[in-house]
Amino acid sequence: MPEPRMRTIDYCLYYGGFRALNSISMDIPPNMITAIIGPSGCGKSTFLRSFNRMNELIPGVRVTGKVLLDGEDIFSLDVVSLRRKVGMVFQRPNPFPKSIFDNVAYGPRIHGLRKGDSLAALVERSLKAAALWDEVKDDLQKSALSLSGGQQQRLCIARALAVEPEVILMDEPASALDPIATLKIEELLQTLKENYTIVIVTHNMQQAARVSDFTAFLLMDESRAGNLVEFGPTKQIFTTPRDSRTEDYISGRFG
Amino acid sequence: MHRDNLERGILELREQIVGMSGSVVEAMRESMRVLRSRDADAAGKLVEADESINTVRYDIEEKCLTLIATQQPVAGDLRSLFSILEIATEVERIGDYAKGIARISIAMGEKPLARNMVTIPIAAEKVCLMLEDAMKAFVASSAEAAREVAARDSEIDQLNDKIQRVILTFVMEDHRTIAEALHLTWVSHNIERAGDRIVNICERIAFTETGEFREFD
Repeated sequence: MPEPRMRTIDYCLYYGGFRALNSISMDIPPNMITAIIGPSGCGKSTFLRSFNRMNELIPGVRVTGKVLLDGEDIFSLDVVSLRRKVGMVFQRPNPFPKSIFDNVAYGPRIHGLRKGDSLAALVERSLKAAALWDEVKDDLQKSALSLSGGQQQRLCIARALAVEPEVILMDEPASALDPIATLKIEELLQTLKENYTIVIVTHNMQQAARVSDFTAFLLMDESRAGNLVEFGPTKQIFTTPRDSRTEDYISGRFG
Repeated sequence: MHRDNLERGILELREQIVGMSGSVVEAMRESMRVLRSRDADAAGKLVEADESINTVRYDIEEKCLTLIATQQPVAGDLRSLFSILEIATEVERIGDYAKGIARISIAMGEKPLARNMVTIPIAAEKVCLMLEDAMKAFVASSAEAAREVAARDSEIDQLNDKIQRVILTFVMEDHRTIAEALHLTWVSHNIERAGDRIVNICERIAFTETGEFREFD
C-alpha cells in the first residue's frame, strides 16, 4: 500500500464524559475512495468530521491520539488551511443563496487564487470537474437555489473542489437524492479520485460496495463507543469479511 | 425481518441440490444395472430421465438469479449462492455421464458382454458414495469433510487406469472384442470424469466456508 494520505493513530473522541470513538487507528490511502459504514450511532460521521477538525465546533468535545495529513499532525496546522486541504460535502446540498458562479468563487475569493489563475477559469474548471458545467454554463448568474437537488449537490462538490483540496470528506452525499442523481454522483466520484482522496460515509451498503476501494466498518461496543471492527479492500469486505460482526452487519442480520 | 426471503430461498436451493444429487446417484447405479443386463428399454428410460435432472438445474439457476437480483446477497450468502450455481452445474454433468453410459449400452446392442468387467461397477459405486458423502459435507457446511471426500478421487483414477489396462489385455487376447472394448473404455472414462466433477463440488463447498478459491490436488 502507498503512503497513506491521512492516518489516525489511537484516536479517541469524547463528548463530555461519553467516549464516542474508541482508539481508532486507520490509514486513508491516497487517490482512493474509502467508505465508512456502520449502524446508526456508531460514530461514523463523528469519525469523518475528525479528519478536518469539524468536531471542534461542538462544545465539550475532547480528543486523544493523532490524526495526520501527509504525515503532519492536523492539530498543529492552522484550522483554516487544514479545511482548505480537507474539504467537505454534506448530506443535504447546502448552496449559499447566491449565484452559481459566486458559490464556486466563494472559497477562492477568501483563500486567494493561485498565481496566474483567473477566477472565471477556476470556476469553469471546478464545475467541469463536478460534471455540472455543461448544464449551467449559460446561466452562471442564476441563483444556485434554482437548481435541482442533484445539481445543487454537484455544485457543492464544485465549491469544495474550487479551493483545490487534497482530501474530500463526504457525509452521505447522495442520500437526499433520487436514483439517477445518485448515479451521477457515484460516477463523478470515480473521476474525482484520480486527483483527490475521498472518504465517504454511507448508510447504503450497496453504494459502499459500488463506489469504494476500501471499506471501514465501525460498530459501537457495550459502552456505545464506536470501534473500528474491520478495515480492508471493499472486495474482500463484501465477499469474505474476516470478522463475523462485519458479515452479520453487511448481510442485514442487524443494524 | 427482511432476511427471511433470502434465508428461506437459500435453504430451499440447498435442499434442491441434495435432492438432485440423490436422483443422479440413482441414475448412475441404474446405468450399471442396464450395462450388466443389456436391457435397451431400461437404458432408453434412463436417457429420458436425465431430462428431469436438467429441469431441476435450470430451476435452481433461475431461483439463484432471482435471489441475487432481489435480495442483494453479500459475503457468506453470496458465496453460498454462487457455489449452489456451480454445484448444480456439476451435479447435472454427472447426470449426463450416467445418461452417456446408458447411450453406450444401447449402442453396444443386446448381446451379453464378452467379459465380465467387475471393476467398472466397483468404480461407479465408489463415485456414488463419494457424491453422497459430498452432499453430507454440503449439508454440514464442512470444508474439512469436503476435502476428505475429494481425496478419494485418486482411488477412482487408479481404478480407471486398471480398467484401461484390463481392456487392453482383452483386445490383445481376442480382436473380435474391439468394439465392446472401445465402448467400455468410454464407460470407464465417464466414471472417472464423474469423480473429477465431485472434486469440483467439494472445492465449492470449501469455498463457501473459507472464501478461498483453491483447487484440491
